[in-house]
Amino acid sequence: MSYSLPSFLVVSSLLFCLGMYTVLTRRNAIGILMGIELVLNGAGLNFVAFSRFLEPSQTTNLLSGQVFTLFIIAVAAAEVAVALAIVLSLYSRMKTIDVEEFKQLQG
Amino acid sequence: MKDIIFNVFILVTIIPCFWVALSSNIVHAAFSLLITLFGIAGLYVLLGADFIGVVQVIVYIGGILVLIIFGVMMTQRGKLLPLSIQLPGKVFAAVLTGVILVALLLVATRSLWPVASVLGEPQPTSAAIGDLLLGKYLIPFEVASVLLLAALVGAVLIVRRSVRGE
Repeated sequence: MSYSLPSFLVVSSLLFCLGMYTVLTRRNAIGILMGIELVLNGAGLNFVAFSRFLEPSQTTNLLSGQVFTLFIIAVAAAEVAVALAIVLSLYSRMKTIDVEEFKQLQG
Repeated sequence: MKDIIFNVFILVTIIPCFWVALSSNIVHAAFSLLITLFGIAGLYVLLGADFIGVVQVIVYIGGILVLIIFGVMMTQRGKLLPLSIQLPGKVFAAVLTGVILVALLLVATRSLWPVASVLGEPQPTSAAIGDLLLGKYLIPFEVASVLLLAALVGAVLIVRRSVRGE
């Protein structure tokens, strides 16, 4: 693929879809977390690609795209810390992290 | 030359990604995720985003991935569970993902993006990003730091409660 905006968009679409497939099919809670990381990375790659390739104008600062990616990385760090705490807590209570076993809230 | 490096980084990013999605061994999936994240850091650098590339390596690989691998190691005692769901669910997930992928690819390749006609040389970005973070994006920046603090405290609290066995 050539170095252009659509190629980057194709790569991030693939990242997003593989991440979504991982989230949908994994039974292991940590596997699901990995899928979420892929999805977030796809979004971040899109932001940076747009900030590189779009036409600059007077009113917009294209570096904003990179700042948004920084925020995505910060939110991902917070998310994974809390999610792993929940997973470890569930593990010590249920002795498993198989999401099919967590059925207490089912009506 | 640039195209060759670009394609190498794409392959480094996408091929381990399939392992993350399809591998039947959670440790293999975690280490494939490591290679994928490195590939994405390379793509960031190729896009002229030096600061983001370094942050990606430090935060994702040095922080998030180490946490995930810790999680894998601490939850693998006892019997090994099947890692993925059974076949009908897999087919449904594959069809759904495939439809979304086709739609995304159509949008990515067919749209007329307002692309700059001449690409400027990449400039160092750290100073400009710092200006934006403490200027235009000051409030989101502070909210993000409060979010990180809350996540830190929350994570400790959740794990402590379960260790004390309440």
